Amino acid sequence: MIGRAIGGVLVGNHAATVSDDCLIRNAWVCPEYVRTRADELAAATVEHLRITILSVVFGAVLSLPLALLARRIPRLRGTVLGLSTAIYTIPSLALFSLLLPFTGLSDRTVIVGLTLYSLTILVRAVLSGLDGVPEEVRDAGRGMGYSPNGLLWRVELPLALPVLIGGLRIATVSTVALTTVGTIVGSGGLGNLIQTGLQSDFKAQVFTASLLCVVIALVLDVLLIGTQRVLMPWRRAEAG
Amino acid sequence: MGWIGDVLAWFGNPQNWQGPNGIPQRLIEHVGVSAAALGIACALAIPIALWLGHLHRGGGLAVAVSNVGRAVPTFAVLVILVLLPDPFGLSTLSILTALVLFAIPPILTNTYVGVREADPAAVDAARGMGMSGPQVLFRVELPLATGLLMDGVRLAAVQVIATATIAALVAGGGLGAIITDGFGRQDQAEVIGGAICVLVLALSVEGGMALLQRRVDPLRAVRERSLVAAA
Repeated sequence: MIGRAIGGVLVGNHAATVSDDCLIRNAWVCPEYVRTRADELAAATVEHLRITILSVVFGAVLSLPLALLARRIPRLRGTVLGLSTAIYTIPSLALFSLLLPFTGLSDRTVIVGLTLYSLTILVRAVLSGLDGVPEEVRDAGRGMGYSPNGLLWRVELPLALPVLIGGLRIATVSTVALTTVGTIVGSGGLGNLIQTGLQSDFKAQVFTASLLCVVIALVLDVLLIGTQRVLMPWRRAEAG
Repeated sequence: MGWIGDVLAWFGNPQNWQGPNGIPQRLIEHVGVSAAALGIACALAIPIALWLGHLHRGGGLAVAVSNVGRAVPTFAVLVILVLLPDPFGLSTLSILTALVLFAIPPILTNTYVGVREADPAAVDAARGMGMSGPQVLFRVELPLATGLLMDGVRLAAVQVIATATIAALVAGGGLGAIITDGFGRQDQAEVIGGAICVLVLALSVEGGMALLQRRVDPLRAVRERSLVAAA
């Protein structure tokens, strides 16, 4: 508010010099802000990435055994799918709050919460990816003498890879966005900058941090698409 | 585990059930703004998706809208709207706009895919019977797409309830305000009490929408009839 008032007065008197100063005008887009607060922005981006990547990696590591277990025991499958729908339905702010007694006011709360969300997406992806493997291919694999384990790692999982990476992309992109809500416990990465920007009516900070969130999501998504192309050269050959 | 007792005591305190910060009032605010947003989003997204799906056009748009909707943080959009000048700023309009923006992608994408992927044999048969474009859309494609359309509305409802909770971080009421008030007072029982209210609301909406979905899907009746006939 103060910034805007001063800006208004000054723009009237010294239009030529001051109208360039986006910090005083409290503009949304302000290169000056990015230049002067580069350290703060970099630190928040690193924290954001750390929380996002840890959550998705934990989710991925946990989802595989859980999905395999659900596949082995049909009765467990319904429970796992039902639970994952329920967790996905809980709004992030409520989930972080419910974890508070166990994880306290720290980034652990955010990481555990976001791990649960990515887990729900990834368990579904693993199950539907494995369901999509044609029975003939499994038969052929068994006929070639693969053990159940060999069949899983050499035949089924590679064929499920497009669906797995699809799930990973959705989990990653939505986790980047949800990390901002972690600001409620003081660990929201770029979300902390958005929150303090709101409190001090600092538009450049809000806009830059928001834009960085979207850029991070896009970059991680492109990296995952790249990974898929590297891991599946036969697909690349088809496309080319 | 002393916190469980504190939370029960919080729910037992009659003060938390009355006045402008009480659970009933917060629930009414939350449901009110969410229902309004869902209604507006349906009114905007469904006609566009039906039209594009019927023409088999704009598939890229439908995919792009859903990708953007996932990548943009709801919290960031809420804050940006609140910092905009009138008529946005600290107003119900800002909250409502954010909720509508995030409810549109799942409805738009699912309805579009539903209409577009409607069984081509059925669509061809309808045209062969001499149905006009709108008749094909409303009598064949729409009924076939209802399952996916309702999936989209259910996803949007869940999304709206979640975004309305986050709105409390920025401004306004709803059940999320109980959580943020609790954080402000460093009252863990209030934080968890509010979170439980949100949880119950979200799960009820999901459950209610799943029931509605079964009621509304016209193909379900057909399937049941054929099951009866088979028996």
